[in-house]
Amino acid sequence: MLIDLFLTFFMIGLLSFGGGYAMIPLIQEEVLYRHRWMDASQLSDIVAVAGMSPGPIATNIAVAVGYQQAGTVGAIVSSLAMILPSLALILLAGKLFFRYRDNELIKSSFFGLRPTVAGMIVYAAIVFAQNSGITARMTWFAWSQLLIFAGSLFALIFLRKHPFYVVVLSGLVGIAVYG
Amino acid sequence: MNAKRKLLGSIFLTFLKMGPFTFGGGYALIPVIEREIVEKRKWLHSNDVADIVAVSGSVPGAVAVNSATFIGYRLAGTGGAVAALLGIFLPTFVLMIGLSLMYIHLKDNPKIEAAFLSIRATVVALIAYAAIKIAKTAIVDFSTGALAAIAVGLLLSGYVHPVWLIAFGALSGIAVVKVRALLGKKTKIDEEEPVYDYMI
Repeated sequence: MLIDLFLTFFMIGLLSFGGGYAMIPLIQEEVLYRHRWMDASQLSDIVAVAGMSPGPIATNIAVAVGYQQAGTVGAIVSSLAMILPSLALILLAGKLFFRYRDNELIKSSFFGLRPTVAGMIVYAAIVFAQNSGITARMTWFAWSQLLIFAGSLFALIFLRKHPFYVVVLSGLVGIAVYG
Repeated sequence: MNAKRKLLGSIFLTFLKMGPFTFGGGYALIPVIEREIVEKRKWLHSNDVADIVAVSGSVPGAVAVNSATFIGYRLAGTGGAVAALLGIFLPTFVLMIGLSLMYIHLKDNPKIEAAFLSIRATVVALIAYAAIKIAKTAIVDFSTGALAAIAVGLLLSGYVHPVWLIAFGALSGIAVVKVRALLGKKTKIDEEEPVYDYMI
């Protein structure tokens, strides 16, 4: 288990170009489909708590998943595994940076990576959307989910509210509507 | 030897103090870094910070963690990198364990269950928002738009692991730029200024 945790999060840490949310599709693939460590609802809850808490969302998720699987030791293993590639690459990049920063090849690959990552994140949203019932048949529940989704998105984009407040407000709405 | 120990200790403590500020997400840490490291301790210049952030954004991993590691390395080699890393990571680690514990104990409470039913829909919005922001600087023309659409399609098909998608993305970028160059067209591959806000 610990070895699985380590290898999985090492790989995720190695491939997370584009920031924390870019890791989520990778995490979904590994945690939900390959290892089946939990179901989509539980992962979604972890993402919510991780997004509310200080610190990078990706490492927060690693801590939570590791903890759920193997207690505190698991949390340490998974988060260290995720950080290790960054550490190694920074130590390497520190020496190489000024030589390769304006390298055309590197910049070209990022030109392609950025939209790919955007697509990956869209896919991650779709996975969680299907899980939460937003895309289900036209039941009252599906409509309420859709409304909550739309309201949250509005709050984030146009009202520019911090995720912490949006999640807390959503929780209160949930208690009122579903409680 | 003792001086080195003291330096590592103060690097660790400096980054530990920044803990609460990581609440804003990676790029929100930059003004804090400027204040603590450039102005207060005069360990680095302002220009250095910009370069460091640029590298930290390109290397895989979270910007906050990468920046801290890089600065630590600049100040005191590998030991400094580790000290900085531990300093910035420890508070969030402990907090997350606490929250996980709370979640495990509370999740069967009906009110909490109801709350999370709503929160799951909000999580979709959070992720969609992240996608929108990255798309703003990522999708600049037809080729990048097509690439994003293809990525979504490949993932939905269920046959492609995200790992391969990343390789595909990088290679496609190189291919598109090369083909355009052959056709005599120049591609704008420099990234715009990243959006400095709390989510990334």
